[in-house]
This record gives sequence, C-alpha cells and structure tokens, in this order.
Amino acid sequence: MTALPEYAAHPTPLLDAQRLSKLYPVKGSAKGTLLHAVDDVDLRIGAGECVGLVGESGCGKSTMVRLLARLIDPTSGQILMGGKDITGMTQAKFVASPDRGRIQVVFQDPTESLNPSFRVFQAIADPLRRLLRLSDADEIATRVNRAATLVGLPRELVQRYPHQLSGGQRARVGIARAIVVEPELLILDEPTSALDVSVQAVILRLLADLRARLGMSYLFVSHDLNVVRLLCSRVVVMYLGKVVEVGPVEQLFANPRHPYTQALIASIPDPARRREARPRLDGSPSSPISPDPNVCRFQSRCPRAAAECVTTMPALRDLGGGQSAACHFA
Amino acid sequence: MTDHLTIKDLGLEFRTRHGVVRALEDVSLTVKRGEIVGVVGESGSGKSVMAYSVMGLSDAAAEIKRGSIVLGGMDLLATKGEALRAIRGREMAMIFQSPRTALNPIRKVGRQIEDVLMEHEAIPRRDLRKAAIAALERVRIPDPERRYDAYPFELSGGMCQRVMIAIALACSPSLLIADEPTTGLDVTTQAVIMDLIRDKSRDGRMSTLLITHDLGLAGEYCDRIVVMHAGHVVEVAPTEVLLSRPAHPYTLQLLAATPTPTSTLDTLPSIGGQLPDLRRDLPPCRFSERCARKLPQCDVPPLPWTTLSPDHIVRCRVPL
Repeated sequence: MTALPEYAAHPTPLLDAQRLSKLYPVKGSAKGTLLHAVDDVDLRIGAGECVGLVGESGCGKSTMVRLLARLIDPTSGQILMGGKDITGMTQAKFVASPDRGRIQVVFQDPTESLNPSFRVFQAIADPLRRLLRLSDADEIATRVNRAATLVGLPRELVQRYPHQLSGGQRARVGIARAIVVEPELLILDEPTSALDVSVQAVILRLLADLRARLGMSYLFVSHDLNVVRLLCSRVVVMYLGKVVEVGPVEQLFANPRHPYTQALIASIPDPARRREARPRLDGSPSSPISPDPNVCRFQSRCPRAAAECVTTMPALRDLGGGQSAACHFA
Repeated sequence: MTDHLTIKDLGLEFRTRHGVVRALEDVSLTVKRGEIVGVVGESGSGKSVMAYSVMGLSDAAAEIKRGSIVLGGMDLLATKGEALRAIRGREMAMIFQSPRTALNPIRKVGRQIEDVLMEHEAIPRRDLRKAAIAALERVRIPDPERRYDAYPFELSGGMCQRVMIAIALACSPSLLIADEPTTGLDVTTQAVIMDLIRDKSRDGRMSTLLITHDLGLAGEYCDRIVVMHAGHVVEVAPTEVLLSRPAHPYTLQLLAATPTPTSTLDTLPSIGGQLPDLRRDLPPCRFSERCARKLPQCDVPPLPWTTLSPDHIVRCRVPL
C-alpha cells in the first residue's frame, strides 16, 4: 500500500501555488511575443514535507524557485502560505513584510553566493538584522552561534572569511544563514552540486536532520536524481514550463509514466547497465516563446507522439497512489 | 592493443607565494589505442593538472620536475613551441569544462571549427565551410548549415559542448582528453554527449582520457579507471574489477559515497578528513591521515605498488 502524500494529512498545505505563471515579454525581432517560463503550474508542499523539483535547464525550475521565494512577481496565479495569499503585495513590498523570513533559499554555489568581504558571523547575522530587524548584539550573537552549532560549524570558524573555508564549510554557512531566521519553507537550489562526493553525504544528512529537528518543509531542486531520492518523499518533474509528472519518489522511480520522466531516469549513469543500449532523449526542447496551447510541449522529442498530441494539450491526470502525469498515453 | 599514451613517474610542482605545492608525484598511467580511461578523484587530486601537462598547457607557475609523457613514440615534454602546436589540435585534442567559457564568444562557431582545420589540414579555402558543416553534422547538431552562423551565446550548453567536441574531433586526433565534459549539463544531455564521445572513440580508434569526479559516469563509459588522491595515483584497474573489488581504501570510500539507486541517507557514508596540504612534508602515503586502516609501516618510505593481477595495481601497504 502506498502512503498518502504527507500534505494530505493536513487540511491546509504549508505552501499552495495555484495556477502560477511567469511570462516574459520577448525583445528584438520577436517583439510582442511572450516567453512562457512557468505556465499554469500548481504546486503544494505540506508542513514538514520534502518535495523534489527536477527537469532540464530551461524547464522553469529556477523561475519556480524565484517565484516561490517571492524574488519576482508572477504574471498570474497565487501563492498561499499557510492559507494566506502572499501574492497580494508586490515583490518590492514583500521584502519588508514579516512573511519574508518564512521562506528562505540556499543557493547553488556556496562560494559564489557568499559575500567575500563578510566574515561568517556577518553572513549569518545579516538576515537577522534585515528580516527580523534585530539589533541587540547579544541576541544576534546567541542566534548566530546557535545556527552555527546546528549546522556543525566549529566556533573558531565564525570569525573567518569565506575564502578561508573548505567547500563543505561554505555550504554549511549557506545553510546556517538560511535557517537562522527559522523559516517554515527552505528552498534548496542544487545545494550539493558544487560539492565533492566526499562531503555530499554529510551535507545531505545535515539537511535531513535539520528538517526533522526544526520542522521545516523543503523544496529541493536538483538535477541529480540519485540525490533527490535520498532526501525527498515526493517529486515534481517539469518540462518547458509545465509540470509533466508528480508522484511519491519510489513509485515514480520504479514506474515513471510520462515519456520524459522515463528518459530522465534512463539517463542516470549506471555502471551496472553499461552494456545496455538505453533510450536517449536527443534533440532540443521546442521553443518556450508563444507555444501553441493545444500542442503537448514534449511532442517534438517524444517517442510516443501521436496525432492527438498536436491537437490537445494533455492535462495532469491522476494515476492513483498520489502519482499523476500529463500524457495521453500514461 | 598497444600503449598510445604513456605517462611515467610524472612529478609536477607549483611555485607559489605560500610555498611549493607538490601537485603531482610519481604519476604513471597508460592509455591504449581505442581505449577510454577514466581518471577520478576529488577536486584537488591533480586530475586536471595532469591533463593540462599532457596538452602542454600547464600554468606558468608549474614546473615538471621528473618523469616523461610519451604519445605514439613522441616525447611530449621535449616538444616545444611550433612543434607542439603542430601536434596540439591534430594528434591530441581537449574538451574543456564549461564549453561556454572555452569557446570564443565573439566568433561564429563554424568559424571556430575552420580555425582548427586551417591550422592543421590542407583544405582549400573554398571548401572550409563545407568541412566545418560536416564537422557539426558528425556531432549530430541539428540543422548544421544554420548553426554554422551561430554565436556561442545563441546555443544551449549541450549544443556548445557539441561544438567543442566538433572542434576537438575536427582533425581526427588520436588522443582525446575530456576534462569533466558534462559538468553543468543535464543528465539527459550528459547521456547523449557521453554516447557521442564513446561512439567517436570506438569508430575513430581514438584513445580517450576522461577526467571526472563522477565514478558512476566513469563506471558506465570507461574501459579502465585510474583513481587519484592528493597528486598520487592510488589504484588502476579495469572498470568491472575496480567497481566490484576495489583494493585501495580510498577507492572503496569513493565508491561507497557515490549515491546509487539503492542508497539511503542512513547508509550513505562520507569520506572523513580533507585532502592534505600539498605544501607540507607529507608521509609516503598521502591518504594515511584519512585512513582507518593505517599501520605504523605506512609511514616508512618508499610506498610500494602492489600488483594484484597484471592489470590491477594499487598503491597501498595493506590493500583490501
């Protein structure tokens, strides 16, 4: 029997994105057309749930991250946080709202995303001053030290600069400064892709441990599917701005139903299958600029494409057990 | 198969303001004709430094102290200037990490292929364009006639990497060095690019040195794997042997730390400690400070090579 998704246990999910879209006007020769970065996407994250978001570059993962973190304004759609609409105010106003601290992001490259002239202490203290408006030096010091301890950063490193730290230590600083304001939702954008495999497991375990101890929800964005399955209970697969498949992680890996998910899983390097010829996804995605709303976005690369794929855009269809896919033949 | 590339006892140092970094020590490896050899290890293990010294592209601060690099009977370390330029791009070629930075951003990609052809092949000027388009076609770039006129920024990361492979393969080199060719690419693109490199190696009888931090990737595509740690080669074995019966404790730990479809967070280990500071005086085994199996004799030089089978060697006093 398959467990229900964790959000089903709660009447109100922590985060509920409804019909979210982000369209960018195109400049130059195609002026007047729109680039559909994220197109009519629903995404729910339950309290304490860890949801993986996967897909190739250009599929809208990063735009989703920036929309959900309210770093950019959606073109249409709503984001409800604990039932409260946080899209009512513009991104510029949201920066100053108390809700700002409820969603935090751990960025991809810990070296690129830390200010090189900030000591570790300042890097972690900055969100306390800016988002929680704390000014009491003792309280800030207490909170910074608590966050540093939580992520396993030795006390003596707190006065160092990023260049004096190893990659794994920098990753810990990136996590510490995100959790110091005690967010409810932590968005992790490829948090281990810049790390060596030798420290990857430590950071992943740290993230799993923090989630259990602090009761946070995670949106885990990654292209490494073997890492996604370690941390997440549910996976959302995106292709060209659309969600094409959603499901519990083990079920989705064992029985992917959308042809794109199938290709994605078949592409994971696997020494055990080195003598096998596996299906490959060649070619490039079709253009995200003014796509035909009646044509399946994956149709041009799909091994199963048929006549109805160019006349009707498939909608997400419930396949049971919490899994759904947007394919006529799934 | 005969050895095509032979690196023997290579020692390389960097002179820096903070002291001498002994980046490579006693590095030996061979690549046979038509073989794909993987070089794996953490960042800082010396994989790329080794690759760059084969290409003669080492940093100005690098100094090769010992050893030899021989390609098809030619001593590469004794080859300099024009003679080296004549080989580079023709006999041996390299695919660099991050194709977008390696390509010239203000030159059409077709032109960049022509540059290599012009340097090394006696192709009449009027046929260059056709040859460049054919090179794009060989790496399965759709619509090559139109892509010829594209600038790198107009192409996706996967397409840029194909262009770089097209440049590398333009003169049918006998040795291809691929330095993390798919880092930053999507898994779906990675699979297509790696299949392409494998097919080209196979039908061109080209030797390939694949530098990667991903043991899963090396395991799927390589015939043999060389494991490096802190500037040392610690183990060399055929892929199946290395994956099923690793003999060096570091290889075992690298394998265990690589997530697989059956890993769980509770069982996935990490590797303790860090790479040692290569400016210090180091013990004969540079892994000993991170090794749980360390014995007193590990500190006694010299560190021996143990031959487990003719093609499986390990640099450890007490192999697994």
